[in-house]
Amino acid sequence: MLDFPRWKVISISLLLAFGVLMSLPSLFFGESHKYWPTFLPDETINLGLDLSGGSHILLEADPADVGETRLETMEESVRAEMRRADPRINIGDISRKDGTLSFMVRDSTQVDAAREALLPLTTGAGLTGQRDWDIEVRDDTRFVVTPTSAGLENAVDNAMDTATDVIRRRIDEMGTREPTIIRQGDTRIVVQVPGLEDPEALKKLLGQTAKLDFKLVDFEADPNAVSEGRPPVGSQIFPYPDNPAGLPNIAVKRLGGISGDKLTDAAQGFAPETNAPVVNITFDTEGGAKFARLTQNNVGRPFAIILDGEVLSAPNINEPILGGSAQISGNFTVESANQLSIALRSGALPVELQVVEERTVGPDLGADSIRKGMIAAIIGTSAVLAFMIITYGRFGFYANFALTLNLFLILGVMAMFNATLTLPGIAGFILTVGSAVDANVLINERIREERRRGRRVVQAVEVGYKEASRAIFDANITNVIAGLLLFIFGSGPVRGFAVVLIIGIVTSVFTAVVVTRMLVALWLRRTRPQELVI
Amino acid sequence: MKLLKLVPDDTNIAFLKWRNIAVAISILMIIGSMALVAQRGLNFGVDFVGGQMIRTTFTQTTDAPITELREKVGALGYGDPTIQRFGEPNEVSIRMKLPDGADQDPELANTMADEITGMLKTEYPDVRIDGVDSVSGKVSEELLSKGVWSLVGAMLAITLYIWIRFEWQFGAGALFALFHDVALTFGFFALTQLEFNLNIVAALLTIIGYSLNDTIVVYDRIRENLKKYRKMDIIALLDLSVNETLARTVMTSLTMLVALVALIIWGPDVIFGFAAAMFLGVFIGTYSSVYMAAPILIWLKVGPDSFIPPETGGGKAERVGGPEEVG
Repeated sequence: MLDFPRWKVISISLLLAFGVLMSLPSLFFGESHKYWPTFLPDETINLGLDLSGGSHILLEADPADVGETRLETMEESVRAEMRRADPRINIGDISRKDGTLSFMVRDSTQVDAAREALLPLTTGAGLTGQRDWDIEVRDDTRFVVTPTSAGLENAVDNAMDTATDVIRRRIDEMGTREPTIIRQGDTRIVVQVPGLEDPEALKKLLGQTAKLDFKLVDFEADPNAVSEGRPPVGSQIFPYPDNPAGLPNIAVKRLGGISGDKLTDAAQGFAPETNAPVVNITFDTEGGAKFARLTQNNVGRPFAIILDGEVLSAPNINEPILGGSAQISGNFTVESANQLSIALRSGALPVELQVVEERTVGPDLGADSIRKGMIAAIIGTSAVLAFMIITYGRFGFYANFALTLNLFLILGVMAMFNATLTLPGIAGFILTVGSAVDANVLINERIREERRRGRRVVQAVEVGYKEASRAIFDANITNVIAGLLLFIFGSGPVRGFAVVLIIGIVTSVFTAVVVTRMLVALWLRRTRPQELVI
Repeated sequence: MKLLKLVPDDTNIAFLKWRNIAVAISILMIIGSMALVAQRGLNFGVDFVGGQMIRTTFTQTTDAPITELREKVGALGYGDPTIQRFGEPNEVSIRMKLPDGADQDPELANTMADEITGMLKTEYPDVRIDGVDSVSGKVSEELLSKGVWSLVGAMLAITLYIWIRFEWQFGAGALFALFHDVALTFGFFALTQLEFNLNIVAALLTIIGYSLNDTIVVYDRIRENLKKYRKMDIIALLDLSVNETLARTVMTSLTMLVALVALIIWGPDVIFGFAAAMFLGVFIGTYSSVYMAAPILIWLKVGPDSFIPPETGGGKAERVGGPEEVG
């Protein structure tokens, strides 16, 4: 016991000093540690959203939605390919059902030509040569095009990557600080934004697909049929909530429209005549040319501006719009026009996203939690420290010294890994104070016991540490097991608790067993007491 | 300096004498807890059943108008809200179940949230929205199954560890003690109708860890004494082991309770349920180590040979300790 080599003392002290040093930047949150000398560490722990205030939003895409969009695109491509073939291949009875596309080639002699024309559409963009679609010919003339699972998976994956980028651009446009945007699993995106004033606006922005289309209004459609939702041949029905004509729906031509994804800019502005808020958009070269052609050929007719399957407005084309920019009017407020322009600037989401979980904590509640947590921690820790001193005297003091170091070490290790401190994490700190002394209680009680049995001082201490270590080890392993399961299965703030628990167990065994042993050994060697007050 | 000794040196309480009664009471308590959970149910938070919880502070009022709020939120037609005070009298949480059909159309839940917060802002200009928790049906199902798995997984993993480190009887004893702790904590939540949320799962796992901590300290001493006093009667030996570790048990439980009392009285309101569960858990866990984990060893016939490998068995009888220490 008395034999405690110098190199051990030095290495333990260095390790402790390093841990305490790592914890310092976190203790002085804010700006002050930025002025410190650069050789000092500057990693800090992160404050969880439940302490700093902010929003955690979990978005989920429906993979079937991706499949549906993809099938639509496939239908368009098939139609285009068949038209382009020479001689033109006549097809009919096109339908999409249960995720597959089927159609009939009217002339059975053209089946081989049709298959030939389809083949380029079925291979993936990757270099693997893997097929994205399977083609099957049934009853001689019916083609059935089915997506392969690999192709679909790939498409979902790409859509989610794009969606993550779009979400990031939108949040950056809002000007929030330090957002975290992470893809989670196959179909989810986690968005964390600290210190947000209005989470509702954020949720609306994230949930908006922002798919913009311009289509010609089918003004020859029978209004009764339209309001009942029956479209004329070659037209589609869209809901039109702000229709000045009073009908809930409007019919637009399927073909001949252009899509609004070819934009270079979008900004909120005001209509010159009415001063109502509008969104000004600028097309890229290709989109501008298409838009010019559309407006040139249809002067005097109305076209519908469709956003996410709903008609915003259907203004008349008074004159050809050749400059490549246009104005979207609708029933906007300045705020909603601004939001739409952000959504349009950052691009359309390739897939609709739903908010499936939201956790928002206001900055006041967060600050209140920190304050109350600190008060509870200070009172709880002081009480435990006092309790240890009156029970174990000098040995209690050593345990307290170890416990205090332990708190610094937990912070230091957390800072090193940039771990997040949450509200349950603060509770974890306080619990660690309560349970970390357990190791010293075990050791000290064992020393008392060995003294009672008549062992001499040094021997009693020696046996006390040795015998108690076994139980300390086993007991802490079980705690780590519980902590690990909590970390694996837990979510959000609860994970923060598990982090503190696990780190706290490891550091507390080190400080409570190794560090106190060193202190006791040095004291025994210096004073060689014959009696032990414990 | 005279130091505090909570447990006198010559303490020798015949704990195990009461084992049959204690175990009978424990089993009754377990059954009672299950009946309570079955009859009253748990007050699940939005984490586990989905829905919406809005935390608000009425900054200009001393008491939040709870009855009025209940009517006004109810009048929106999304069903009756659960309104509870938390912390100060002017702080309340408003909890709503998911509206019908929200599984098909998650947009409905957002609409509901908008309407409630909109109503609050117009009707009560001094209201401050402190937090919103909104969980869809799918996510809440995932959280529930994750919570269940973490509990089951922790209990099994810990049992396995004890089995490996000790003997199978000890593993069985530990599992039984853990089951007791978890069942009683559930009973406590059914009785008090405190909100059962993700934090409580964390508390349950911490209770499991703490209770096991205690059980292991006792088991470790039993193992040590089994090797030391090979001729001692098992009941006397268990009593000796529990008494020898009693000072530590009392001291550690007290430090835990001190820390928890600080958390309950001065800590943040959001984790009150967590701290309350832990507080109870310290008692349940300590009790179960003595009266659940130890007696099972008797019934499972743990004896002096349990830790002696067969080939060296019986060869170390000279290690038997002096009878004067048996007490």
